[in-house]
Amino acid sequence: MFAHRRAGGRPSTNGGLMPYDTASLAILCLPFAASLVAPWLRGRRAATAWMLVTAAVGLVLSAALHPALADGTALRSVIPWVPSLGLELVLRVDGFSWLFLMLVCGIGLLVGMYARYYMPPEDPLSRFYALLLAFMGSMLGVVMSGNVIQLVFFWELTSLFSFLLIGYWNQGASAREGARMALIVTAGGGLCLFAGMMLLGRIAGSYDLDVILAAGERVRASTLYTPMLVLVLLGALTKSAQFPFHFWLPQAMSAPTPVSSFLHSATMVKAGVFLLLRFWPVLSGTDAWFWIVGGAGLLSLLLGAAAAVFQRDLKAVLAYSTISHLGLITMLLGLGSALGAVAAIFHIVNHATFKASLFMAAGAVDHEAGTRDLRRLGGLRHAMPITATLAVIAAAAMAGVPLLNGFLSKEMFFAVAVSTHRGPVVDVLTASIAVLASAFSVIYSLRFVVGVFFGQPRSVLPRQPHEPPRWMRLPIGLLALACVLVGVLPARVIGPFLHAAARAVLGEDTPAFDLKVWHGLNAPLLMSAVAFAAGCATYAALRHWFATRDTVPLLGRLSGRLLFERVLALLTSSLPGALEGTFPGRRLQPQLLLIVLAAMVAAGLAMWGTPLRFGLRASGVDPAFALLWLLGAACAVGAAWQAKFHRLAALVLTGGAGLVSCVSFLWLSAPDLAATQLLVEVVTTIVILLGLRWLPKRIAGLALDTSRARFRRYRDALVAAGAGLGLAALAYAAMRHPVADSISHFFLERAYSEGGGHNVVNVILVDFRGFDTLGEITVLAIVALSVFALLRRFRPAVESVDAPAQQRLQAAWDAAAGADARPALADYLRIPGLIIQLMAPVIVLFGVHLFLRGHDLPGGGFAAGITVSVALILLYMARGARWVETRLRVAPVRWIGAGLLLAVATGLGSMLLGFPFLTSHSRHLTLPLLGELPLASAMLFDLGVFCVVVGATSLMLVALAHQSLRRPRAPADDVPEDR
Amino acid sequence: MELVLALAIGVLAGCGVWLLLRPRTFQVIIGLTLLSYAVNLFIFCIGGLRTGADPVLRDGADLSQYTDPLPQALVLTAIVIGFATTALFLVVLLASRGLTGNDHVDGKDGTP
Repeated sequence: MFAHRRAGGRPSTNGGLMPYDTASLAILCLPFAASLVAPWLRGRRAATAWMLVTAAVGLVLSAALHPALADGTALRSVIPWVPSLGLELVLRVDGFSWLFLMLVCGIGLLVGMYARYYMPPEDPLSRFYALLLAFMGSMLGVVMSGNVIQLVFFWELTSLFSFLLIGYWNQGASAREGARMALIVTAGGGLCLFAGMMLLGRIAGSYDLDVILAAGERVRASTLYTPMLVLVLLGALTKSAQFPFHFWLPQAMSAPTPVSSFLHSATMVKAGVFLLLRFWPVLSGTDAWFWIVGGAGLLSLLLGAAAAVFQRDLKAVLAYSTISHLGLITMLLGLGSALGAVAAIFHIVNHATFKASLFMAAGAVDHEAGTRDLRRLGGLRHAMPITATLAVIAAAAMAGVPLLNGFLSKEMFFAVAVSTHRGPVVDVLTASIAVLASAFSVIYSLRFVVGVFFGQPRSVLPRQPHEPPRWMRLPIGLLALACVLVGVLPARVIGPFLHAAARAVLGEDTPAFDLKVWHGLNAPLLMSAVAFAAGCATYAALRHWFATRDTVPLLGRLSGRLLFERVLALLTSSLPGALEGTFPGRRLQPQLLLIVLAAMVAAGLAMWGTPLRFGLRASGVDPAFALLWLLGAACAVGAAWQAKFHRLAALVLTGGAGLVSCVSFLWLSAPDLAATQLLVEVVTTIVILLGLRWLPKRIAGLALDTSRARFRRYRDALVAAGAGLGLAALAYAAMRHPVADSISHFFLERAYSEGGGHNVVNVILVDFRGFDTLGEITVLAIVALSVFALLRRFRPAVESVDAPAQQRLQAAWDAAAGADARPALADYLRIPGLIIQLMAPVIVLFGVHLFLRGHDLPGGGFAAGITVSVALILLYMARGARWVETRLRVAPVRWIGAGLLLAVATGLGSMLLGFPFLTSHSRHLTLPLLGELPLASAMLFDLGVFCVVVGATSLMLVALAHQSLRRPRAPADDVPEDR
Repeated sequence: MELVLALAIGVLAGCGVWLLLRPRTFQVIIGLTLLSYAVNLFIFCIGGLRTGADPVLRDGADLSQYTDPLPQALVLTAIVIGFATTALFLVVLLASRGLTGNDHVDGKDGTP
């Protein structure tokens, strides 16, 4: 199944390649498999252990892939799916996606550990971990995708699981609304991304990532580049919560904190920037890229930072700062320099570590103190010293304090900002905004730390704060340790990995970069110092003002959320409301009229300007055939005439028209159709007859005949005449038009040689087009079950509950005649009943005969099935439901189930033998007594069809017939009530 | 023959459409039945009209002696599915009758 190849054409140095394939497949499948098992686990301990083991195995497997990636190659495993459409499951791991694999598995592990203590003790956690694992799998799928369609698929999965996780506490309205908003924004962006990827694949000529990455020049030169870029960027910017789509992220903070930490800071929101980086070699370097990506990044950087300063909720501070930091990464990518891309990768990792730990710290504060409101918190360093220390380290990393990881990537950012040249105004603007944003980031980091842990301890808190459990602190501590290690020894700790990742993205263009804490006195250091000093000074001067503000000054009215809600209300309520008023929304007649008119207009447009050519000579008119259809037409017109007041007459006349078309089928060489039509005619008539008694009486002459009603009738008559004439003309033209080269010859030629049957129609149904037939019998089964389900709740109208008037009269007459007279109703249908009872086995036998000969002569599963159910319903009619059911156990639902299973099993059987689904095998057997018997595997399939038709038809008929049992007992109790 | 069948299809379709636009549920169900006859015949006639050319293989007959089997296969399943939808519609109309107390297609009596 595996086709393995390494991108880059370098000779492989590793002999054992298969293990890497298996490992990458395992990394992808493990979380999904674990997620399916997780809901069945009992107890928090088991669920947690399950989550931790899965994440740890993922982490170890990912780490084991690293040696194979060291020389800058990409591991590819290809599992073909639909190769003709370019669809295959391609797992591709290179240095860059490896970094993400480690991030997702590593933080997944820590969050899993943390959640065990964070989540309320009464929550069994199995559903939570199931969702978390499924999300983890989807995220791994995004980063490992080597096919862009596959990437979009996993991308949408992450949106879906993010939705479910944000709304995990679904009893809260804010959780539901936040989840819905996040889903609409990110999944909507995902759809744009899908469209963009289709365009990209079209431009590059393949959906394979490696092919696309190699086609950069061609893509950028394409005329479709700009629309494709806009669509792809819509996907990336919505996912990474970039301006103007940033508003969903703060709303998503109603999620449980482990979710915020995992999805909404460390991994899922990084998918957007992951995408930008992944396609950086292909898409970047144009003006459109610079302005859209750079602009969105810059605005998010600034607006997010400014908004974060004024938040009161601890998690909201972190959410806005996430928007700001993602803006920084986006802006770095927008600038278009290779060093910017390296800085972006570096900052993705750094941000994931310090922000995840800050979220966990905020969750710990919330958990222990009972609130996340910055105005109510303070002085917690006394109660929770360890957490305070760890949070200070992480916040310092966020602010960009030297010797921590945030400082290094920020320095790199400044260096890129200084070295980019795009005209004097843009240069100055970029550099000053970079400084301004980092000053803001110093301010909100200070607000977080000082507001929560320093100052006077507050006496009134919902809970008495104390240090969280050790296992809850451990993940925070590990992440803070990572911040310090990277900050102090960058070249040792992260250098090789960063280099491999940068090389995987940039290839030969990877710039030389130097990870050092001290670069000497230069412009970036100066900018850092200015930002730091400005931030501290501003905070010291304005801290009280920040604390009292409720909204962000100047930007308070600029609410993406409000805009989103207005648009949503417009689209889901105002606009449909307006449309419903304009169009005849709820009334059936105008709708049907519109449909008929639309069909006529469409047919007219299609025919417009094409002269009708009559290539074939018309065959001579047989007067008998013409007479037959004179009768048929009279029946049809009569049915239309009588349908309102004389339902029975209309039904009989319709049956007449049906019989005439049945005779026409026979006349025109379609014996199969004639048989089926005749049988269906019988069953349809019975079904409608069974329903007639529940309809209200309608008496001619009582109806009002207004001028409006007359107008409608004339109008409808006109439309009907138009439709009829049109269809007649079309049919006439079609019959006189020569058929060029029909595929029917194929069927005629192969019916016997490949299908093993003489009856070509039947062979087409059960063999050549067997898959269609499988679909059709499934529809039949669904319809029958729907009929059954609807009738279970059936409540007849009050006036039709009583026995019919004739029966009541007869019963009264019998009662008056005295007890000794035998009631006439007891002998109801006595002679026909006896005949039917005797004939029923014969009819069943005839059905079996139709079935057995079906492959070679007219007949087959459909006709046979209906025949058998006709026998059954005749018994019901003649003897009543109770009589039949005490003597004969009919289980229609079992017939349906068995039939469907048989049909599918026949299809699967051919797959077992290595042929495609539903390939048939045929052989003619000669048996004593029965003679030559065609035995094709298609016969088994036809048996399935037969069973489904028997089951479905009798289920519908019996369910309808049973309705008469619902009526309350008639006053004269000796009347058999099941008639 | 072609003309007769075309006119027959036209009459069936016309009656069907007229009934489809009527306000009573029973009229609509009869209309649908008539319309499905018309459509089945229409699909069937696309294959051309032949007499005595059943698509059942006989020894010694060449392929030009058979009529087109494909429209027949299509119509055969259409007939069965048509029956199923008729039954479903009947049940829906009965349920609507039980719930609303009348047999108007919109469940509101008073309009003709």
